[in-house]
Amino acid sequence: MVLPDTTEDTQGSGLASVNPDLASERLTASFCVPRLTAVLDGGAERTRLRRAVVDVIESDPVFSRENQYFQSQNERYEAAVRKAVHVRKKMQEMGWSEDGPESVYIYRALSGDVAFLLHRVFMRSISVLGSDKQVAKWIPPATEYQLIGSYAQTELGHGTYLQGLETTAVFDISTQEFILNTPTISAMKWWPGDMGRSATHTVVFAQLYIHGKCYGVHPFIVQIRSRQDHSLCPGVIAGDIGPKMNFEHIDNGYLMLKNVRIPRENMLNKFCEVQPDGTYIRRGSQKINYFTMTSVRISLISDEVILPLMKACTIAIRYSVVRRQSKLKPGEEEAKILDYQTQQEKLLPQLAAAYAFHFINNYLHELFNRGYREIQGRNFDSLPELHAFSSGFKAMVTQYCTSGLEICLRACGGHGYSLLSGLPSLYTKILASCIYEGENTILLLQTARFLIKCFTAASAGQPVPPSVTYLAAMKPGKCPAKDKLDFLSPDIYTEAYQHAAIRLISSTAAKLQDLIQSGVERHEAWNQCTVQLVQAAKAHCHYITVKNFVETVEKLENTAGIQNIMKHLCDLFALHGIFSNAGIFLHDGYITGAQMDMVTASYLDLLGIIRKDAVPLVDAFDFTDKNLNSALGSYDGQVYQRLYDWARKAPTNKQISPAYEKYLKPLLHNKLSKL
Amino acid sequence: MNADLRRERAAASFQPELLTHILDGGAERTRRRKEIGEGVINDPDFQHEDLNFLSRSQRYEQAIRKSSLMVMKLREYGIADPEEIYWFKRTCLGNFIEPFGLHFSMFHKTIETQTTDAQKKKWLPLVRGVKIIGTYAQTEMGHGTHLRGLETTATYDPATQEFILNSPTVTSIKWWPGGLGKTSNHAIVLAQLYTQGQCKGLHAFIVPIRQLGTHEPLPGITVGDIGPKFGYDEMDNGYLKMDNFRIPRENMLMKYAQVEPDGTYVKPVSDKLTYGTMVFIRSLIVGDSARSLSRACTIAIRYSAVRHQSELKPGAPEPQILDYQTQQYKLFPLLATAYAFHFVGAYIKDTYHRISGDIHDGDLSELPELHALTAGLKAFTSWTANAGIEECRMACGGHGYSRCSGIPDIYVTFTPSCTYEGENTVMMLQTARFLVKSYNQVSSGQRVTGMVSYLNDLSRQRIQPQHVAGRTETVRINDPVSLVEAYKARAARLVEAAAKNLQAELNHRKSKEDAWNKTSVDLVRASEAHCHYVIVKLFTAKLSEISNAAVCAVLTELCLLYALYGISKNAGDFLQAGILTDTQITQVNQRVKELLAVIRPNAVALVDSFDFHDVHLGSVLGRYDGNVYENMFEWAKKSPLNKTEVHESFHKHLKPMQSKL
Repeated sequence: MVLPDTTEDTQGSGLASVNPDLASERLTASFCVPRLTAVLDGGAERTRLRRAVVDVIESDPVFSRENQYFQSQNERYEAAVRKAVHVRKKMQEMGWSEDGPESVYIYRALSGDVAFLLHRVFMRSISVLGSDKQVAKWIPPATEYQLIGSYAQTELGHGTYLQGLETTAVFDISTQEFILNTPTISAMKWWPGDMGRSATHTVVFAQLYIHGKCYGVHPFIVQIRSRQDHSLCPGVIAGDIGPKMNFEHIDNGYLMLKNVRIPRENMLNKFCEVQPDGTYIRRGSQKINYFTMTSVRISLISDEVILPLMKACTIAIRYSVVRRQSKLKPGEEEAKILDYQTQQEKLLPQLAAAYAFHFINNYLHELFNRGYREIQGRNFDSLPELHAFSSGFKAMVTQYCTSGLEICLRACGGHGYSLLSGLPSLYTKILASCIYEGENTILLLQTARFLIKCFTAASAGQPVPPSVTYLAAMKPGKCPAKDKLDFLSPDIYTEAYQHAAIRLISSTAAKLQDLIQSGVERHEAWNQCTVQLVQAAKAHCHYITVKNFVETVEKLENTAGIQNIMKHLCDLFALHGIFSNAGIFLHDGYITGAQMDMVTASYLDLLGIIRKDAVPLVDAFDFTDKNLNSALGSYDGQVYQRLYDWARKAPTNKQISPAYEKYLKPLLHNKLSKL
Repeated sequence: MNADLRRERAAASFQPELLTHILDGGAERTRRRKEIGEGVINDPDFQHEDLNFLSRSQRYEQAIRKSSLMVMKLREYGIADPEEIYWFKRTCLGNFIEPFGLHFSMFHKTIETQTTDAQKKKWLPLVRGVKIIGTYAQTEMGHGTHLRGLETTATYDPATQEFILNSPTVTSIKWWPGGLGKTSNHAIVLAQLYTQGQCKGLHAFIVPIRQLGTHEPLPGITVGDIGPKFGYDEMDNGYLKMDNFRIPRENMLMKYAQVEPDGTYVKPVSDKLTYGTMVFIRSLIVGDSARSLSRACTIAIRYSAVRHQSELKPGAPEPQILDYQTQQYKLFPLLATAYAFHFVGAYIKDTYHRISGDIHDGDLSELPELHALTAGLKAFTSWTANAGIEECRMACGGHGYSRCSGIPDIYVTFTPSCTYEGENTVMMLQTARFLVKSYNQVSSGQRVTGMVSYLNDLSRQRIQPQHVAGRTETVRINDPVSLVEAYKARAARLVEAAAKNLQAELNHRKSKEDAWNKTSVDLVRASEAHCHYVIVKLFTAKLSEISNAAVCAVLTELCLLYALYGISKNAGDFLQAGILTDTQITQVNQRVKELLAVIRPNAVALVDSFDFHDVHLGSVLGRYDGNVYENMFEWAKKSPLNKTEVHESFHKHLKPMQSKL
């Protein structure tokens, strides 16, 4: 590669052709890439729609993320606000509605780099928790952005445990108002997005007191900033909580309330109401609240978790065929690093996981939609199952994808650490998903609680939801595989996963029972089993993911090589899981040591097979270069030139630093005393 | 002090100071370390500002200020011992790094070790007196691991007695060297030497890059900052492109190889000595893994004792989150790991010092094993610490994600060590090469010594195959010595399996390299098992040196936890090899959970023993006094977004939108 004469290069220009090392990878695809893209999108029509939206967004310079890596927190925030305002205009211009099919693609095209995301949560909570009257009062101005909302639940000292929140709302009959207070420092609202600088209103969760009696946590609409000049309202202290690992564009905020009075009508009162005389009335079922949490958890999996892993795989795999290092054979050219088995072993399982989770996400959405229809018919039977599934899969998928993304980052050697690779930002963003909307360990324990309950019911011959009927099918057996090819049979490995899940759930249930029977208190027994319970919940989710992948592959079109390559990925995902959790499968001898060697052999063989399709498989994700925003992962593979061009744009190369005159010069001239 | 932390400290079963002395290597060294640290903390010239609120350019400026100040203060205080300099700098820098780092390490060291006497006389005073600032430019944009692939050229021109330096391609641009972008005015450049029309391979040259006095880049030099990274914000990692840049012949480092005025190339005598430097630097990374993980554990464990959440017992107040088994299961194995790595780091450093005398006298016999071992341990410890720091951060919930927790800074500063000074997978394969070589020696009837001597037993086992099965009953899960044996058996099995698979591939294929590549996943596993064994062995060995009974008891618990947790996590290896039965694995899992409860009362004291000053820790969550929430609020108020009550984007964007819509 010869150094072209470039002075002020921008993204794309001056980089004409595709790097031959990347081009050659695309010539040998065993399947039709556009067909696979259509499968992922849910049909060719949706691919067209997605591309059209992406095209509109990316051709507008206001939405450019070109300088993102060079911007300060203040600049990022301002850009995000500007984009949020501009996207409104754009949508009006294009005739796109908020709940139209385009909206999800708009958000993806922006890579989430936009303000007022909590405004939607604000509106949704009013729609769900507010009376018809409240909806009529608040939703129209919110839709018109006459006010900007946030959602203030988490406090400095309280996250997971809602009942522990300390903020108070005391009803004052004489004025028909609630008086809101932050009684301690740990009661300060902390973390809510859009609240530090932007929001004029927020839904505050507080302990309701009437006549000195506490009625528990309730939601209240509180105005925090003036709608005219944006200054803080009397009694309100609010601001930004300072720099984080990512989300520089979001003003996560703190909020302290000192005797802030709001009218009685500002308590969201679809389910509970305080009447003018102070009488507290509860009505209807609050179960629907669970449904909201469930829907949020399911909705974040795709955009916030699976897409980032897909992007990371795209960047790392493309870079790994462009990067050459060391020699595989003496006298030959340096080898593409993707030809090293160790590199394949890092990246290809992550690629398989990205596909596995894409399909499990579809499964969850179907489950959710079915549940939603039932709930609309006032049938809440499927709620526990939905809740358990959304919790467990949110935890499993976020954890898996987070570590997968970090593997991609570290697989890119030194250049992976450059922000210009795009990988550090993807990583620091995805890892927040392990905490928000429910901390993963807590969520897995909720899934475990459901599984133990179902296992007990199933053992007693009672009916259980269809997804867990397998718990009743405990049979001792052994894995029947005779040679390594047997492990490419979905029946063989699905059975193994099922066996492992049942074993872990049943042994934990037994242990729990033993402890309780030996006189240990129930809650203490539970705490003593939590490490095992977490493991059991993960095994269940892993099993369902494998099973679903297998079933999805069976249903795929058997043309254009799609089913074939997906079968390989499914095998790889399954065998990688057995290879990396060997102890679980060997434990009761279900898989023998000799069989484990077969698993390893088949697994390593698959790496070599999928290697050939690695680039087409990431091309099928169909990310634009602007969306990837990576010097290492662009479609044309002109990695080094782009890295150099982008680096030269860094402000550190443009602004004059006073460091030389102020410090280096005196140091070099031995005038240190003047420092 | 926070009441929870006070109670935790009062309940400890041992005196943390005694353990601190063990970690420091003696009470006197603890005293001296504290003395130096306090000197820095109490010096008004060092403002311990929080760099998190500054832009990259501002952070760079602050770092340069601090670096310059450190040079002056070290002279003023008369601190010259390398370890004392390290303590001094660590306290000054906290979670951050200094742009002069490479000047004092690689630039200085290379000039000291690879120059002729005449060159020393010319350059050393300039380097030591910081009259020039240098860096070490080896890595290129397209080349890291494979040194021979570097593309920069240095062509000798006998007419002018100069070398002409060139960066012929984009991929040949020097990329990443610390301090190169803005700070340094000299660099040691590694380049392919061409003389008399022939390439003589890689050599090192001293290249001036910026004008003394004005600091402007010299003509023919293009130099700058490589842009923002994952951490290292205050470091100007740089690029360097040279176009027909000429340097005098004397600027080639000529202790080993030489180019004579007429262009004649004089070959170097064999140079195994560079091994020594690599061993030294990698041993530092092992120590760094221990310290970084210790700091993350300190923060997470103190915070977990301060944070209360949910309920364990219906009706009771919210418990400390450290009382949850899942929280203990996340943190205590990492705490044990941090201790294990401390002892491993100390062992390598001592071994290096012990044999560096031999090396100086030309006795290189112990070097290959130490070299192989440090490569693997560098990878093993940095991978584990890297994941462990993240685990600590996650264990702090949402607040761990805030920069005020300090863990994001520890993570981003530490994580590149998985890649620099030898990419970890490449390191593991180097160790594997040594293991396979040793295995083949044993197979051909020779005996091997040192940490791999367990391979000698393999040939014996082949004669008596029942030996493996017989051992099953003998592993005692409460005896560290017996667990060392179990780890040894696992390592032996995995080395043997990898070596056999390699042989099988060789039998199938023509090329040695292909066979190696097809076995490399197995080879990495074998290296990991070997390193794991070494760590358990060294931790166990340390126990016998502890005289204080209370300290010994708590370290023994940690050692057991480390070993048993490792078995639990790698149960497949132990089951498959028949080293442990599934009943024993169940017992191991149970014992791990019992140990969590046993260690719980000492957890805070065990992190206090690491003895990190708050300034060094740089964390609001991990403060010694545990006053977390008040200080988080104070910290947040300093955020740049809070400078004005109404942010300018309200006037620029929000207000116009509301009036237009």
